[in-house]
Amino acid sequence: MLSTLHHPPRRLSRFFPANNKPRHFHTKPVLSSSQPVTDQSPSSTSPPESQILSIRHSLLSREVTATQLAETYLSRLKLAEPQLKSFIHVSNNVLKEAQSIDDKIKRNENVGPLAGVLVGVKDNICTVDMPSTAGSRVLENYRPPFDATAVKKVKEFDGIVVGKTNLDEFGMGSTTESSSFQVTANPWDISRVPGGSSGGSAAAVSARQCVVSLGSDTGGSVRQPASFCGVVGLKPTYGRVSRYGLIAYASSLDVIGCFGSSVADTGILLSAISGHDRLDATSSKQVRVLQISVSQEVPDFTSQLISAALLESKPLKGLKVGVIRETLENGVDSGVKSTVLGAVSHLEELGCTLSEVSLPSFSLGLPAYYILASSESSSNLSRYDGVRYGNQAAAEDLNALYGDSRAKGFGSEVKMRILMGTYALSAGYYDAYYKRAQQVRTLIQKSFKTALDENDILISPAAPSAAYKIGEKKNDPLAMYSGDIMTVNVNLAGLPALVLPCGFVEGGPIGLPVGLQMIGAAFDEGKLLKVGHIFEQTLQGCRFVPPLIADGIPQ
Amino acid sequence: MKSTHTQTATQEKQQPSPKIKSSPQSNQAKTRTLDRISKEYEAIIGIETHVQLSTLSKAFCPCPYIYGSQPNTSVCPICMGLPGALPVVNSKVVEFAVKLGLALNCKLSFYSKFDRKQYFYPDLPKGYQISQFDIPIATGGYLDVDLPVEFGGGHRRFGITRVHMEEDAGKLLHADDGEYSQEITFPIIYALQVDLNRAGVPLLEIVSEPDMRTGIEAAEYAAELQRLVRYLGVSNGNMQEGSLRCDVNVSIRPVGQSKFGTKVEIKNLNSFSSINRAIDFEIARQALLYSQGKADQIVQETRLWEEGSQKTVTMRKKEGLADYRYFPEPDLPEVILNKEYVDSIQSSLPELPEMKRRRYEEMGLSMQDVLFLANDINVARFFDATIEKGADVKLAANWIMGDIAAYMKNEKLTINEIKLSAAELAELIASIKGATISGKIGKEILFELMAKGGTVKGIIIEKDLVQIVDPSEIEKMVDKVLSENPKQLEQYRGGKTKLQGFFAGNENIERQGKSRAAEQDPFREIKCEKLNVLVRRNLVIMCHFISHRTIKSDFPGSTHLSSDICLLKGSRCCLCIIKSFALYSVYMSEAGF
Repeated sequence: MLSTLHHPPRRLSRFFPANNKPRHFHTKPVLSSSQPVTDQSPSSTSPPESQILSIRHSLLSREVTATQLAETYLSRLKLAEPQLKSFIHVSNNVLKEAQSIDDKIKRNENVGPLAGVLVGVKDNICTVDMPSTAGSRVLENYRPPFDATAVKKVKEFDGIVVGKTNLDEFGMGSTTESSSFQVTANPWDISRVPGGSSGGSAAAVSARQCVVSLGSDTGGSVRQPASFCGVVGLKPTYGRVSRYGLIAYASSLDVIGCFGSSVADTGILLSAISGHDRLDATSSKQVRVLQISVSQEVPDFTSQLISAALLESKPLKGLKVGVIRETLENGVDSGVKSTVLGAVSHLEELGCTLSEVSLPSFSLGLPAYYILASSESSSNLSRYDGVRYGNQAAAEDLNALYGDSRAKGFGSEVKMRILMGTYALSAGYYDAYYKRAQQVRTLIQKSFKTALDENDILISPAAPSAAYKIGEKKNDPLAMYSGDIMTVNVNLAGLPALVLPCGFVEGGPIGLPVGLQMIGAAFDEGKLLKVGHIFEQTLQGCRFVPPLIADGIPQ
Repeated sequence: MKSTHTQTATQEKQQPSPKIKSSPQSNQAKTRTLDRISKEYEAIIGIETHVQLSTLSKAFCPCPYIYGSQPNTSVCPICMGLPGALPVVNSKVVEFAVKLGLALNCKLSFYSKFDRKQYFYPDLPKGYQISQFDIPIATGGYLDVDLPVEFGGGHRRFGITRVHMEEDAGKLLHADDGEYSQEITFPIIYALQVDLNRAGVPLLEIVSEPDMRTGIEAAEYAAELQRLVRYLGVSNGNMQEGSLRCDVNVSIRPVGQSKFGTKVEIKNLNSFSSINRAIDFEIARQALLYSQGKADQIVQETRLWEEGSQKTVTMRKKEGLADYRYFPEPDLPEVILNKEYVDSIQSSLPELPEMKRRRYEEMGLSMQDVLFLANDINVARFFDATIEKGADVKLAANWIMGDIAAYMKNEKLTINEIKLSAAELAELIASIKGATISGKIGKEILFELMAKGGTVKGIIIEKDLVQIVDPSEIEKMVDKVLSENPKQLEQYRGGKTKLQGFFAGNENIERQGKSRAAEQDPFREIKCEKLNVLVRRNLVIMCHFISHRTIKSDFPGSTHLSSDICLLKGSRCCLCIIKSFALYSVYMSEAGF
């Protein structure tokens, strides 16, 4: 069966328009009256810079204080928040923490690589001093007694957790509409969804409410909102980042991922949070992607990324890129398709060798994913019984306590998935559903392995469409689920994938961003970041700053 | 102070046998009827045992488990099942599982995994128990058991179906009285409190084949498992603390029938004797129903053993098959063993109870002795160490099972807690055998060693207890005593023959013959002769200076009759008269004590 998976490389002619000018980039200039404070570039189409590095530079050269930076971000956050609603909780300690960084700098002490960097944290990642609700009523007002390992590392590197971002309840959803608390809007068009489930984290970075953010990706929850919001999203290899403190949805698929407004920022954040953790038995002992040290040295990261100025004509010469055929077939918006094909030809211009790759098991990924994720979630969510923490229903007896606490605590999407998962794991159905889905998973892993043995990276759209309207798919779960087709296979295979904006389609006030997904071999995030960085730095005519910032939010 | 948890099933205090409420006569008749009925049926018994492992920390988190701690004082986000917390396997749990698997002669699974067993209960913080389902770490072994002599003895081999690792649940407490119960319905939920100290404590579940046929076999199987886990050092095996919990499945069938009957599960068995009694009760109950044509009233259910009424009662009927929706635990990697690891554990296994018993048997010890010595790992170690020092096997066994065991029982000490070392016991035995001291002195020294420690040689020198073996020396001492006590001599001459004990009990003389068994005493003849001579001469001596200490340690439990018999017979050690309790009393009154 596997022998059919691989096809000889073939010219991608069928994807390309005859005139070989596939660009469909939306080039309408973005208003740039208000740029992020660290973005010193005057050009509206200049490539994104690393905000983290420029913050570091500004702080260490005493151009600006961490407090000033924090104040700027906080005021922008507050101005955008009524429209966006990307945060469930905003920290009260931001300025205090910024001040302590300023004090350190004043005393000429070393500050960590994330000093002064405001980090948004998805609310399903535990933080000791803030609520961590996973977007669910069942955990309303719940405050964990510990920081997730990823958060702990951010803090150790002097990053400032600015707040907790909105999400679909327990990460179950693709729009952030199934949050129990609020619906987050897309900064590119506030009538549209930001994607999900890490919609809050994506929107917050897109709207520059924070510098970078942490999300989680079980079936595409970092990559799809990154695509919808025009930011960079990275789903690391399963095991690269500790899951300790990530409120579990589907344990074998969940990973903590990163959002940034540039590939560099995303990579720096990943470096900070990755590494083996003795508290997570599934975390890998593989070496870090990119070393980052708690010192005043510039992170090694930069040395591995080639800056735009140094680009030669064919910086990616020899890089073998496989375009996954099944991701550009039926069911993909034509605008998305042509934008991605534009990105393909851009990669070709950079020197990549492109070929088409077929993953016949690709379409099986979606049903397998929903069975496995639902099964695991039905188990993972058993602990929300009202006995020890979270909301407890007043009840006469034990069964009523369980039933009522869960009936009141969970939203409908969560209940649906618990029911699906319970069903799939039930005696007599296990073999037909759970076990079969695991077999599909093995097939998918093998087919990716084969494809990645032949290619350095694989590419596909991040989602079959750009951001859609709030409410559009709310009553059509299957339509929403099918939007995950591009991403779930990567989770099933446990591979790393980088999504970065590559163009626009029509829609919203100034167009809607489209994300390109690059999939790498396990633990090959370094390659993805390098390719992504070059791609981003050489992409012409696009600037992914949403209108919301441009529209009169002062610097 | 710890008590000695060294009872075997049958050494436990005898409890009254099961009673069925009725008049005494019909009760007896009924018991006879039951006995007869029981003979027509064969019982099939299988046991599921949960052994709590004595690892320093819990199975999946660093919390220690200390039995009896204040509720919820040994908990963390992991064992409380807080959102975002993840389990990490304690490698000691795997090591202990491998140890027990090997000790139970099982086949090990080199690739096993953890699974989630899902059900809702307030003492189960995650809503699932991390366990092992379709691939247990060990399968297909057996356990060898020697039945106690008083139950007819005999060797049995019981099959082991599987051994798997899992975590314990917490305990339910009731706010009002602090009592907890495992199976409770909750009319008032507010009275419910949960103690999660025990949640996440590692367990090994050991499932036996249905190979047992009687209560005593089942109890001995459990007792052997307890010995095994204690020998291996993987658990304290303490039933009262719940470190060893047995649930038994009992069904009966008419003798000759191959089809099994309906099986009933019995819980709440807190001792080996309750296992024995509960099973025998249950067999009788089922047999009675069978014989009355009411076999359909034997239903698949869980019954509770009630210690008070000595009965099993229905706890819950099986409400269909529980669906635990097992699936592989995604938070934990597979448990992969390699040959080197298993080999290193295999080679580090101690001598196990069965091997010990066979070795002791070969040494020529009786089965009674073998079972006693091998029962408690610490006693066995002490015995082994004693004979390793060259002590005579039988003598060492006798000392340990006799005076030492009695002392431990009286003082409620374990063999590790008494001050006597195996080397000193060996020395003591050698000293007696070499005639440096008498058996009686040896006993005195033994008690000194057990209570205060020290060495045999030290005490002998310190107290000048070396046995005088020269007959002329003894004679001199007797003469000395006689001459020093002319008054008593007169009294004796006047007919107070009973007072010869005081003469005999004179410390100076006493040393010569103290408690050494007559047949072992090479100087018996000399001593007897001398004394008989004294008696013939109508010499009586009264000695006031017998030490109180000597009396205390020598008299209790004495079975000698009187000095007259002893002396008249002449062939018995005349000095054993001082052991006579009767004489002792006389002495006490006449000497004005």
